[in-house]
Amino acid sequence: MTLSPTRRALLGGAALVVAAPALLRAQTRVLNLYSSRHYDTDEALYAEFTKATGITVNRVEAQPDPLMERMRSEGANSPADVLVTVDAGRIERAREAGLLQPFASEALASRIPASYRDPDGHWFGFSTRARVLLVAKERVADGAIATYEDLADPKWKGKVVIRSSTNVYNQSLTGSILAAHGADKTEAWAKGVVANFARPPRGGDTDQIKAVAAGEADIAVANTYYFGGLARSTKPEDKAIVEKIRVVFPNQGDRGTHVNISAAGIARHAKNLEAARAYLEYLSTAAAQRYFAFGNSEYPAVTGVDWPPEVAAWGKFKADGLNAGVFAKNNAEALKIMDRAGWK
Amino acid sequence: MTDVVFEPAPRAAWRPALLAGRGVLIALAIGLAALISLPILSVVLTALQPSGGAIGHLIETVLPEILVNSVGLMAFVGVGTAVIGVGTAWLVTLCRFPGSRLLEWLLLLPLAIPAYIIGYAYTDALAFAGPVQAALRGLTGWSHGDYWFPDIQSLWGVSTMLTLVLYPYVYLLARAAFLDQSVCVLEAARTLGAGPWGAFFRVGLPMARPAIAAGVALALMEALADFGTVEYFGVTTFTTAIYRTWFGMGDRIAAAQLATALLAFVLVLVVIEIAARRGRRFGAGARRHRRLVPLRLKPAAAAGAIIACALPVLFGFAVPVAALARLHLDGGDPLLGPRFLHYAQNSFLLAGLAAILVVATGAFVAYAARLAPGTVTAGAIRIASIGYAVPGTVIAVGILVPLGAFDNALDGWTRATFGWGTGLVLSGTAVALLYAYLVRFLAVAVGPVESGLHKIPATFDAAARTLGATPYGVARRVHAPLLRRSLLTAALVVFVDVLKELPATLIVRPFDFDTLAVRVYNLASDERLAQASTGSLVIVAIGLIPVILITRMIAQERKAGERIAS
Repeated sequence: MTLSPTRRALLGGAALVVAAPALLRAQTRVLNLYSSRHYDTDEALYAEFTKATGITVNRVEAQPDPLMERMRSEGANSPADVLVTVDAGRIERAREAGLLQPFASEALASRIPASYRDPDGHWFGFSTRARVLLVAKERVADGAIATYEDLADPKWKGKVVIRSSTNVYNQSLTGSILAAHGADKTEAWAKGVVANFARPPRGGDTDQIKAVAAGEADIAVANTYYFGGLARSTKPEDKAIVEKIRVVFPNQGDRGTHVNISAAGIARHAKNLEAARAYLEYLSTAAAQRYFAFGNSEYPAVTGVDWPPEVAAWGKFKADGLNAGVFAKNNAEALKIMDRAGWK
Repeated sequence: MTDVVFEPAPRAAWRPALLAGRGVLIALAIGLAALISLPILSVVLTALQPSGGAIGHLIETVLPEILVNSVGLMAFVGVGTAVIGVGTAWLVTLCRFPGSRLLEWLLLLPLAIPAYIIGYAYTDALAFAGPVQAALRGLTGWSHGDYWFPDIQSLWGVSTMLTLVLYPYVYLLARAAFLDQSVCVLEAARTLGAGPWGAFFRVGLPMARPAIAAGVALALMEALADFGTVEYFGVTTFTTAIYRTWFGMGDRIAAAQLATALLAFVLVLVVIEIAARRGRRFGAGARRHRRLVPLRLKPAAAAGAIIACALPVLFGFAVPVAALARLHLDGGDPLLGPRFLHYAQNSFLLAGLAAILVVATGAFVAYAARLAPGTVTAGAIRIASIGYAVPGTVIAVGILVPLGAFDNALDGWTRATFGWGTGLVLSGTAVALLYAYLVRFLAVAVGPVESGLHKIPATFDAAARTLGATPYGVARRVHAPLLRRSLLTAALVVFVDVLKELPATLIVRPFDFDTLAVRVYNLASDERLAQASTGSLVIVAIGLIPVILITRMIAQERKAGERIAS
């Protein structure tokens, strides 16, 4: 990820938003969204889209798998036009289940890096989040831990906190380790990480960060936007937590930090196809990308869009170039490995 | 004491026309039960398909832990809810001590608190990084590893949380049973030399056994179906394993097999509950000849009773609400305002409609079982009630499948016949949502109604019939007044349960339809607990409305009953 502004993205996006109403004149003016995103800040996205195109956005927000089951049982009559998930694993599963249709969009292909989209255009990642190490400034020396592999090093015994293997972000992380090292080494790694747990997995990502700040552990694994949420907070206790934490981007010396995506794809039986296409392209515009980034401390998927200050403060980093579809396909095997390693 | 069992009149005595009526009634009841069992059957059918082999992996890795945790959870919650529910119900109905009337309805309050919310509240307060332990470290200068502190995020912790919010089910049913007990029987026991406690353990408790069993069964089913709390506490149960298998491994069939294993677990519960009721037809419920004279407790005993009744209210309601209030004041929901009113309206409307629908259906089905006692109707009721123990997400998907199949079949038929399609008629509508609640909560309505019906002796029916009343007349003029309290209790519990319900609502709901529970979930799953506290408090506030209303109605009922009796 580099920060060089690409004017093309901006201009293309602007042209699209201006041209969209003309494109859509003949269509029904609604868009039905099945989404696993549930952030208040996304409402600005929908409002902007409606303002630009006149298309009303209807939403059902729920967990991704049940939403897919709903699409499946609704069959050809399903009202869903677009499916949105907060993880590559789920959107890839929707593709495998035949719930999505390909979208050959030049705009999207040119703006969204190849590792963040399905090669055939069934889904596109619109924002990214890095799974990083959040370490105690006082107790972990600079450079003492530099990779995901280090998490299994016996020297961190009793020092690591991470949430349950039920959580999809951990399944994707382990899926990326699997892609890098193969099954046997990954299982040995998972066993090593479990041996280093400061406590059995519980709670969410924010709870892991709080545990490090409170001194219960020295290293937490969490998604960047959770830390961003704490960094943006005006509460004194949140500020105190952020004070004690240093962000470490793992594997900068080799494959790069594991990055997951929030992605969207067009439903196979979309009734409002033009609206769905317009919406996906709208999500890649600089304005929409800024909402993702500034609203929820995520990284924009499109290069050249500026980062919010709390995110920029952690600095640039090298992201793992592994295609999201690959670690997504590894989810099931990763979970079985974690089960065998005793990772609850 | 021996049970007096009244057999229904022999069949020959029924007029043929009535026989036909009964047949229709039973057929209707069984049809309803089948409709309600459909989603559960669709899960079982999925389980019968060949799976991707995840089940073998599960048996090798996590199954032993699931079984240990599920049995432990059931033992703890079963004993805990029974002891708290029965003990407090006995104290507030049959004893008098300062504050007993107030505590009588305060004890219902924890019902309004969703289990996952009480879990968040206590975790936030008691975690290593939370205020309690931070203060402790501040006072003592200890740091991590220097001291032992009970770990709430464990099996015993989650069991405690569930016990605190589920004991009201037992309390409600036990209290109704104690209120209905004939004073004469208790007084007879006293004149035969039993002390107040002896009368309780040897007469009162055995007579209330069916109601207590029904309450404990409800609490255990709810505990088994819980996802939010156990997941947050990191305790592996059937529910979390179902979610992992289905969402993590993408193996729907193995997940359905786990769900079926859970159902087998529940069937054991049901058998135990039926055993607890077997042959219990006391039929003393309606012959209240005199006012019940409560036992006035001496100061020491009264103090003990006050503490015993106040503790569940304190830990099940006051502490979590205080914790939520602290979080809310810390930074509540940014959407508090007109939007919130809209969520609250949706919640209230859904809960109200569902309460009417579920209680009416439950009463009808339980009634059919009374008119036509037999294995078929009893079995149909049990299977239709099992939805309460199935995790909401599983029920929801079980509902989507038959609804979608029906909608698409209808659409295909109209296309073929008339050349135009109907599209989706039921899927994604409020009808689908109400159907989901019916499947999920029927047990909650059937339990109280059945135990209420059990207490009306068959001689009443027989007497009314001899006096020329039709079966419908008996239902309307004899049973309905006697059942009013049971029906109100059932309506209250369904209302509050729907208010708190999340997984099915989330998945089955129409477009742009948010409720308070959905709002709380959205914030909590984004780890914004302080913001989620506002919605939780509003859920509790709305849940209090029916608690207060129904408590008052029941109190009036009792006064009327006492007037008639004296």
